[in-house]
Amino acid sequence: MATSDIEIAEHALQHHFADMDQQKESSTFGMWLFLVTEIMFFGGLFCAYLIYRSTYYPAFVAGSQTMNIWLGATNTAVLICSSLSMALGVRCAQTSKTKMMVVLLLITIVFGFAFLGIKAVEYHEHWTNHQFPGPNFQFEGAEAAGVSPQNIQIYFSLYWAMTGLHALHMVIGIGLVTWIVIAGWRGAYSPDYYSPVENVGLYWHFVDLVWIYLFPLLYLISKKHGG
Amino acid sequence: MATAVQTTVETQNYLNNGYDLKSWLLTKDHKRIAVLYLLSITGMFFVGGFFAMLIRLELLTPAGDLVSSDTYNKLFTMHGITMVFFFLIPSVPAVLGNFLVPLMVGAKDLAFPRINLLSWYLYIIGAMFALVSMVMGGVDTGWTFYTPFSTTYSNTHVVGTALGIFITGFSSIFTGLNFIVTIHRMRAPGLTWTRLPLFCWSNYAASLIMVLGTPVIAITILLVALERLFHIGVFNPALGGDPLLFQHLFWFYSHPAVYIMILPGMGVISEIVTCFSRKRVFGYEFVALASIAIAVLGFLVWAHHMFVAGISVYAALVFSLLSYLVAIPSAVKIFNWTATLYKGSIRYDTPMLYAFGFIGLFTIGGLTGVFLASIGVDVHVTDTYFVVAHFHYVMVGGMVLAYMGGLHFWWPKMTGRMYPEGWAKLSALLVFVGFNLTFFPQFILGYMGMPRRYHAYPPEFQVLNVLSTAGASVLALGYVLPMIYFVWSLRYGKLAGPNPWNAVGLEWMTPSPPPTQNFEETPVVTWEAYDYEHQPDEEVPVGH
Repeated sequence: MATSDIEIAEHALQHHFADMDQQKESSTFGMWLFLVTEIMFFGGLFCAYLIYRSTYYPAFVAGSQTMNIWLGATNTAVLICSSLSMALGVRCAQTSKTKMMVVLLLITIVFGFAFLGIKAVEYHEHWTNHQFPGPNFQFEGAEAAGVSPQNIQIYFSLYWAMTGLHALHMVIGIGLVTWIVIAGWRGAYSPDYYSPVENVGLYWHFVDLVWIYLFPLLYLISKKHGG
Repeated sequence: MATAVQTTVETQNYLNNGYDLKSWLLTKDHKRIAVLYLLSITGMFFVGGFFAMLIRLELLTPAGDLVSSDTYNKLFTMHGITMVFFFLIPSVPAVLGNFLVPLMVGAKDLAFPRINLLSWYLYIIGAMFALVSMVMGGVDTGWTFYTPFSTTYSNTHVVGTALGIFITGFSSIFTGLNFIVTIHRMRAPGLTWTRLPLFCWSNYAASLIMVLGTPVIAITILLVALERLFHIGVFNPALGGDPLLFQHLFWFYSHPAVYIMILPGMGVISEIVTCFSRKRVFGYEFVALASIAIAVLGFLVWAHHMFVAGISVYAALVFSLLSYLVAIPSAVKIFNWTATLYKGSIRYDTPMLYAFGFIGLFTIGGLTGVFLASIGVDVHVTDTYFVVAHFHYVMVGGMVLAYMGGLHFWWPKMTGRMYPEGWAKLSALLVFVGFNLTFFPQFILGYMGMPRRYHAYPPEFQVLNVLSTAGASVLALGYVLPMIYFVWSLRYGKLAGPNPWNAVGLEWMTPSPPPTQNFEETPVVTWEAYDYEHQPDEEVPVGH
């Protein structure tokens, strides 16, 4: 077992690195930098949210009334569980429990699909209620609430853009975890070489974390004031 | 010398390591990827230059007689987009940086060679989107894509072009990410941060901007595309959106992007000035940290593009003050280069001529930037040729001259051959004269009130415009000449040997062209950066 680990490790060492430590440090560092770019990428949308929420506060209150908090809360729980199974999976990769790692990552994938499924139910609800930005946008009770439907449309534009971009990241994440499962099943990882598992894990946690911010911003914080 | 030449010819190097197309298109060697970038951005440079030529021809006469005003809008838009996103931003980092950063830090390659190749493919795909959009009829929003014109009123190919820029943005992000990780994690033993060549420092600073800024333009462009496709209203005032938000987000990247375009050029100049005055650069630490200071301050000044756009007076005051501050690290560099020249043994080879050109022209470009940072003057000259002249002094007088200087300086390293010195000096002269003749009159035109982005103008502006067009022709000649003699030198140029300039730096301690592995064994650095005092006068064999 020990010798085969070393062989795997040597096989995994790319020619331009001096040793496995340097390779691992570089890939981890690169992944964290990539996550910084992701923060800036979502940052533009969060900035737009911040500005329009302060400009059109009543419209944002009216918009967030239509959110299904229970579905959103369930999805939050689903994602947190998926992060747990992901973290345990990375731990298994470090301790060469390959079968356990594969099982845990498959659970992660199932949670990922569950999230997307619940999100699809919500999207369908908004779509049938014409709560999709564009010429067919409608919002019942806008006049009663005393806000312009146009401004509520901005809320929904941001809702669709932010959750849509997040869902796209989920889809990419599921693809990456699938790749890790296949490679892990073939025995590509060992305690000396598991940075792909760890880096995909980092990505998964990041996407999870984005939702942890999206859920309160879009569903919760404006809920109480509208009445 | 003779033995060095022979070994250069016989040994395996990155160029003779495979000749088929696949060995180039699937290469993971940073030096080959640099050559791929060199060829692609040269192509885009001539596309952008072609649009510039049509612009200058139209402006030869006061009447709008060569092209219609709609076509003219498309011409300056496509000139700007091609030059900014597809030439200037990748120029020094993706070509010279790709080639030199691993060599300068004594590594075998960049940290992520496959991502490096991916970045070139993303560049090509993005460029294809932009080129196809141009062939299909072009885009007329200006390179800035201001809303709501770009989102609602323009009937041109905005989405295709925007997607091209979006995709190319990721190529820039990956290059920056690769540089940062490489410079942090892959330096040779003994190569501490304070021994790092200034070229690496300035590319590091530019990489910080690429990594932090580019994602913001990506999301902004995505929102513009969504606005056009689905009318989401985020930037559309008719739907309650705020077009100023677009300008804020756009300039949050695009002003720092100006420093992506100039910082790597400053790194080139630091290398050239110290080599051709045979002296350690004056105040190494200050030049190095000035790069970081420019990168940091660059993120805090974006709204000086919006002084007339209706931002609050107090915001404008703060942004004006912060913009003045950028002048300090820039001036530190200029002063330190000048102090390096003092009492140096100066040689006037072509790279040094370009460096002199850079120092003078960047000073003019930078100081007129201070004019524009002061609100009173800016309001007077906003959207005039004064602004056009200012940023061309920085972008062309600065970055393009640095790029040309760097290309001449490292051409023997990249190809193993010398370029013809006489022709090169002539081209440097043509570029300098042509450039000034093109753009200095535009300062005067702008100050007199000629607005930019119009294809017709009052007759009293004609003399200066004719001067400008004449200068552009000289400038074009100055660009075509190197194209010819660089290609010529590949076959007929004198063999360069490992270190034709007797320069210090790890890249000069390996054969030219370098072997695929860069160094036969990983170098160990025991000397300070730019240690010209201890460099023997004669050229020394590899591995001194």
